[in-house]
Amino acid sequence: MDTRAHEADQYLVKSEPYYEPVADEARLFEAAYASRVPVLLKGPTGCGKTRFMEFMAWRLGRPLVTVSCHDDLTASDLVGRYLIVGAETVWVDGPLAAAVRLGAICYLDEIVEARKDTTVVIHPLADDRRILPVEKTGEVLRAPPEFLLALSYNPGYQSVLKELKQSTRQRFVALEFGYPAAALEQRIVARETGVDAATAERLVRVAGMTRNLKGNGLDEGASTRLLVHAGKLIALGVPPRAACAAAIVQPLTDEPETLAALHELVASVF
Amino acid sequence: MSSWPRSSERLPAGLLEDRLEELLEACLSSRRTAAALVPGLAALARPQQDFVLHWVGIVARSSAELAYQFAAAAPRALALLGERGAEAWLVEAMDVFDRESMYAASAALKDLSRFARAWDAQAHAARFEDSARVLELFLCGLAGRRLRVDAGEEPWTDTETVYLPREVTLFAARSRNFLVYKAMAALAWAQARFDTFSADLAAAVSGSADPARARAWAAFLEAVRLGAKLERILPGLARDLRALQRPALDATIRSAVAPLARPDAAIGETLAVLRALDLSRPPPAWPYVVRLHPGRVQEVRAARIERERNALRTVLAGLRDELRRERPAEAEGERAGRFEARLSDPTEGAERSVELFLDGAVVAPPVDAASLIQSILQDLGELPPEYLEPAGAGAYVSHAGPGPAGDDEAVQAEAGAAVYDEWDYARRHYRRAWCVLRSRDVHPGDAAFVWRALERYRPQIARLKRTFEALRGEDRLHRREPHGDGIDLDAAVAGLADVAAGRELPARLFVRRHRTERSIAVMFLVDMSGSTKGWINDAEREALVLLCEALDVLGDRYAIYGFSGMTRKRCELYRVKRFDEPYGAAVKGRIAGIAPQDYTRMGVAIRHITRMLLAEEARTRLLVTLSDGKPDDFGDGYRGEYGIEDTRQALFEARRAGIHPFCITIDEQARDYLPHMYGAANYVLVNDVRRLPFQVASVYRRLTG
Ligand SMILES: Nc1ncnc2c1ncn2[C@@H]1O[C@H](COP(=O)(O)OP(=O)(O)OP(=O)(O)O)[C@@H](O)[C@H]1O
Ligand SMILES: [Mg+2]
Repeated sequence: MDTRAHEADQYLVKSEPYYEPVADEARLFEAAYASRVPVLLKGPTGCGKTRFMEFMAWRLGRPLVTVSCHDDLTASDLVGRYLIVGAETVWVDGPLAAAVRLGAICYLDEIVEARKDTTVVIHPLADDRRILPVEKTGEVLRAPPEFLLALSYNPGYQSVLKELKQSTRQRFVALEFGYPAAALEQRIVARETGVDAATAERLVRVAGMTRNLKGNGLDEGASTRLLVHAGKLIALGVPPRAACAAAIVQPLTDEPETLAALHELVASVF
Repeated sequence: MSSWPRSSERLPAGLLEDRLEELLEACLSSRRTAAALVPGLAALARPQQDFVLHWVGIVARSSAELAYQFAAAAPRALALLGERGAEAWLVEAMDVFDRESMYAASAALKDLSRFARAWDAQAHAARFEDSARVLELFLCGLAGRRLRVDAGEEPWTDTETVYLPREVTLFAARSRNFLVYKAMAALAWAQARFDTFSADLAAAVSGSADPARARAWAAFLEAVRLGAKLERILPGLARDLRALQRPALDATIRSAVAPLARPDAAIGETLAVLRALDLSRPPPAWPYVVRLHPGRVQEVRAARIERERNALRTVLAGLRDELRRERPAEAEGERAGRFEARLSDPTEGAERSVELFLDGAVVAPPVDAASLIQSILQDLGELPPEYLEPAGAGAYVSHAGPGPAGDDEAVQAEAGAAVYDEWDYARRHYRRAWCVLRSRDVHPGDAAFVWRALERYRPQIARLKRTFEALRGEDRLHRREPHGDGIDLDAAVAGLADVAAGRELPARLFVRRHRTERSIAVMFLVDMSGSTKGWINDAEREALVLLCEALDVLGDRYAIYGFSGMTRKRCELYRVKRFDEPYGAAVKGRIAGIAPQDYTRMGVAIRHITRMLLAEEARTRLLVTLSDGKPDDFGDGYRGEYGIEDTRQALFEARRAGIHPFCITIDEQARDYLPHMYGAANYVLVNDVRRLPFQVASVYRRLTG
């Protein structure tokens, strides 16, 4: 196996990830992929965006290169840099360049967290040029047809510092993710954690109550992810109230009165 | 001055006396000395001594006299009440001082034994003030909408506000007393949720020989019926309720109420049971029964329906106008501007989905329209066609009316004043050089206001500071530095290449961590119009104190200005804090001095502030306005639509200039015109003034986090 094939292999999603479709997001994604239009996943934290990407990568049989963006992420972190090996300098691709060469799906998670100048390097890749200029080597990488760029973005932040620029967002097909409907979310929680249907139903009920508090004490309600965490604790024998306190209530806020109210809500359900 | 003993050692008499003299100077005389206070205080443990000195310092800023009396009585108070109790005793006396007189405050301090008795009872009580916020959030979580919580004589609800008693002292443990509160709140919510008020309760009890007693029984029966409903959806809560169902029911009542526990039991069953019951005895006195006042519920419901109908029609008018502007090409006459709605069939527990059509074409309803429709559906079960007729009487109507009346000439610029255009929506043009704005300083107020706010909100401020610290910007790596804590590999590699090529090794080969600067400039614009008088003004000032404390941690550049004025020729901007001014005594004094003035000509203030913000070097510019509702000015027609449109236009201008406007409005009735006026800006509505102090800081955190 040559090195590139080997590299591609390590990014492949080998077995089918568990993903419950919420609407027609899979079809839309496939259509965008077929038309080589990059995709923007919008949605609150923990609602299944990453899981969906894994699922789609598996379904399309493409390697998936994921980059979690943070505010120190520079353009060279994405594109690549020189390293010293022995007495020689060697160019090493960053994940974005690697993904372009591999014809992979490149998923930039939480793009707004990255430095502003970083988002600019993806612009030529995200329009119909589909190229990645590598400034340091003078190379211009041309994306093969299999390549796809995907970003995720949480519009729930109202921060003026974290708005996605129009020139960036208008290059993408946007898929909107929300929390799954109650019945579906129950099924996900039960399936991911092994708790029984009744417990899953109660966890989803707690989640609904916390989501009611969005904007009234909470910046964001409990995500599916938090329910999965709580469910896992319960499945291991932790009493439900304690599991919810640790996995749902505490992660949501530090504000004493909101904490107290959340504890009361959990105690109403369990 | 002698050195201050370590924090564990008791303060000796000499030091105590010096300190007290310093603090109480203003009221000391030969007959009234600091020395007289010393014996009592010297015997206290150090933490208590610190406690007394701390509070003497605070009280003395309002009244040295009161501080002296406090110091004299403090040893006994501490012995009787402990620190927490003594603090409550003192704070009560200070409140009396603020509200009434020195004489009354002094009497309050002296009546220590009365206070001690009350304090004792209080120790176990769950109190409304302490519980209200948690209960309000609890209800919001249950109901998915905001139910107000207020104190009242007895527990009941009008379906918008839940009234709860001032305190619950039934049990020896406070936690159990709180449980009673929680049970009452939940039951009040359940009354609305499970349609207690869908039957004509007033008629049902009026036939009885003793209507008051019949009403009490109906309330009890509803507690039984709703408790059973909660078993299914909120088992934890139902368990709590069961624990409070004392006294136990005797066999006759038990069998009489059995039908109410059936899953499908509705209010009709309750009334049937009520008719069959023997009403000669009072109902069992369960502690959490929520009373019924059907007449008040009807009034509130009728008012809400009316309000929401108007609000919906207003929103739809705005939507129609917006759509017309977007598609102006089509012939005006062909479109009647008629809305229609298609509703999904009702299903248990779920909201009905609504599709909205304008002249047959589907349109996306704005968020506020969608929530209004849902709320109307909850009340009426349907959406009558006239609710979909845009605008209507009493609502904000977007048609061109007369502009400002009176003199028409542009104003002359004069020294120290700035002149601004104003948007005249009727003409669809600016009125040139229309407003004159002068800047002045806020006259400093009583700094004790700030101190008191700092005291009152001490824990909250500490918490705010912590959350703001988290925003402060992470460490960031600076590359190609001459010194640093790591090697910059990119630079080193390039350097090696230089060396290989026979050049010199460059000096800048390191990376250094550096705290990133948040390049933000924020302007807070505070409403100082006459209508803020009282609570709102207090809340605004407290909000600024909390905000400044929190921003101090963050280091963002900010300025605070107030605005008011009277007529277009006398608009005023009051400086509280300039961008380059530190948050110190002068600023605190000016915050305290923010006082209600005249009117609210908001547009010109926003324009001026926009200009000032643009002069600031910053990557992100933020404008936060704090106001209590509609723009308004004296006499010249700014009130109403003209002012709303001008404010809207000024916000557009700010946005176009690259500023992020954000509006915080304290107003309950503001709903109908706000979305329109704030078109370009994001906004929040604060419907409880008491929350304002926290909300301003938390909005800021969200905006810039
Ligand atoms: N539709 C779904 N099908 C299966 N699992 C789901 C689904 N939605 C959410 N989950 C569960 O929720 C968890 C969190 O989802 P995921 O990590 O994909 O969130 P995310 O949207 O990427 O969040 P973030 O924005 O914080 O990265 C998953 O690990 C999975 O257990
Ligand atoms: Mg993710």
